[in-house]
Amino acid sequence: MGDLKNRFGTGLSTIFLALVFFWLAGMVLAPNLMMIDYALRPNLPPAALGGPDDTYSLANILYLANEPTHRAIFFKTIWASGLVALVTFLVCYPIAFWLAQRATTGQLAIAMMLIIIPFFINEVLRTLAWFIILAYRGPLNAVLTNTGLIDAPIRWQGDGGVLAAMVYAYILFMLLPIYNAIESLEKAQIEAARDLGASRWRIHTRVVIPHAKAGIATGFVFTFMLAAGSYIAPALLGSPGSRWFTEIIYNWFFEGGDWNRGAAYALVLLVLCLAVVLITLRLFRVNLTDVAK
Amino acid sequence: MSHSVELAGIGMTFGTTRAVSDVSFRVEAGEFFSILGPSGCGKTTILRMIAGFIDPTEGRVLIGDRDMKGLGPNQRPTAMIFQSLALFPLMSVRDNIAFGLEARGVGRAERRAKADDLLRLIALEGYGDRMPGELSGGQRQRVAIARALAVEPGVLLLDEPLSALDLKLRQRMRAELRALQKRTGVTFIYITHDQSEALAMSDRVAVMSSGFLQQVACPRELYDNPATPFVARFVGETNALAGRITALEGGLAQIQTALGPLTGRAGQGAGVGQAGTIYIRPEALIPGHGTNALGADIERVDFEGAFALVHGRFADGAALAASVPSTRLADAPLPGQRAAFGFAPEHAVVLGDG
Repeated sequence: MGDLKNRFGTGLSTIFLALVFFWLAGMVLAPNLMMIDYALRPNLPPAALGGPDDTYSLANILYLANEPTHRAIFFKTIWASGLVALVTFLVCYPIAFWLAQRATTGQLAIAMMLIIIPFFINEVLRTLAWFIILAYRGPLNAVLTNTGLIDAPIRWQGDGGVLAAMVYAYILFMLLPIYNAIESLEKAQIEAARDLGASRWRIHTRVVIPHAKAGIATGFVFTFMLAAGSYIAPALLGSPGSRWFTEIIYNWFFEGGDWNRGAAYALVLLVLCLAVVLITLRLFRVNLTDVAK
Repeated sequence: MSHSVELAGIGMTFGTTRAVSDVSFRVEAGEFFSILGPSGCGKTTILRMIAGFIDPTEGRVLIGDRDMKGLGPNQRPTAMIFQSLALFPLMSVRDNIAFGLEARGVGRAERRAKADDLLRLIALEGYGDRMPGELSGGQRQRVAIARALAVEPGVLLLDEPLSALDLKLRQRMRAELRALQKRTGVTFIYITHDQSEALAMSDRVAVMSSGFLQQVACPRELYDNPATPFVARFVGETNALAGRITALEGGLAQIQTALGPLTGRAGQGAGVGQAGTIYIRPEALIPGHGTNALGADIERVDFEGAFALVHGRFADGAALAASVPSTRLADAPLPGQRAAFGFAPEHAVVLGDG
């Protein structure tokens, strides 16, 4: 604080602090508090607001707990988001390692460009691209049937389609933190491990992954949160059997007209996501500050 | 078990850069062998070819008389000590030392026992549970050596491992390395750009310059009988006076220089009528000596303790460096004076230029 004042003077640093305070209070704290307020109150017609029935209770949250379909979709969303994070990791780790340790400067520039350029396009459009690729009469099925790999077209929409679209959509959030982490690993360490007779597998499990742990945890946290809160991929590529919890929240708000129940569902999702993130960090033995870096 | 290492005409080209050209030498089993040269001379490339990190574009590497072609660093009986040491920072000292054994599938108890043996060998008993970051530079150095020795290599490859240490520690580590090599009997191939390091530790030294091998000899031979002008200038201080060789007789060569005729031992490639240079070591130049008399203007006298270094210019403009032992400091000329030096012919060498 004193540092800030020394550098920018009293006037400017007061403005900075005020802006940060406004951001935290107005953009982060207030909406969340309002959501909690909504979540704990019953859904009443405007006339009954503030009346005797307008009391705080856990009824909306208990409704979720007692509704088997919603409960199942909730837990499925949690573990499927974990699966998305895991698959994204498996896809990204080899690429990140290659980029960070093996690629020449030229290769790095080209590869980074190829990976980043699609992200200039809106997420909805990128998901639509998958919608087209995975369509029943789409190019993927056409290629597979024409090459004789499959006899009849496959219906990709559903869990598989959602997984593919999400892995693709969140690749950057996994790739960049891992790339950064591996990039800082001294090449001589890998060479030393190899020289001492370590197999490729052991070099990665004993030297590279421990070094990149914070980056991997960051990637997992980002990807998991984004997947759990994703709406467009399951909406476009899902099937009735692969509904995502966010779709149910959406329905409460915009179709069921019950904002209170929607807020309660969103609150539960938020709390559980936070719990999963904290547990992940605990398992990886990484601090939140490491992730923030 | 220590192994010999033989390089048979190896060469290495990176893209358009020629890093190593036609280098051949043989290192005997149990020898302490140094490769000496300025940075960029190809010495690290040679070490990496022996270790198996890169394959030579031509020639063969034989370790224990076995061709190593196609074998990776994890399949060769070599272990390398990196310039940065490359200890694993997230593993304890013991796990670092035992890493090679772990990679070979040795059981936990045996690994632990072996690591503790090695910790005793490097006088770091009781440090096994520390992390590398908690050790001093010299201790980390010793851990790196123990980690390499743990896999019982036939050849230990050292890539300027002392360059990060301060002078005092470096000198102590030299002695420790030498003693360790004698005790274990492992072949050491040691890379350095520091000629006093190479001379002090090695049984034999190979001198490299711009990818070419200049000379392979024992330290004494290298200092007294440099094979090429590069070796004469690079190994130790020297005074170089250019001229034309006028006579060769009985192992001595006479050379006509701008300062008059001088006589020294005839070195390799010295022929009558050829352009040549006479190289005189600073300690060979004696103030007032009658033979091979040379005049020089004295610019500076640096007292260094055991001796004083006299700097100046010869009459033809070449730099003069003469060392006068402290016990004879009274003989040393003073700055600004014109002084006469001389040297015994057997303490100088005449080489053909080119």
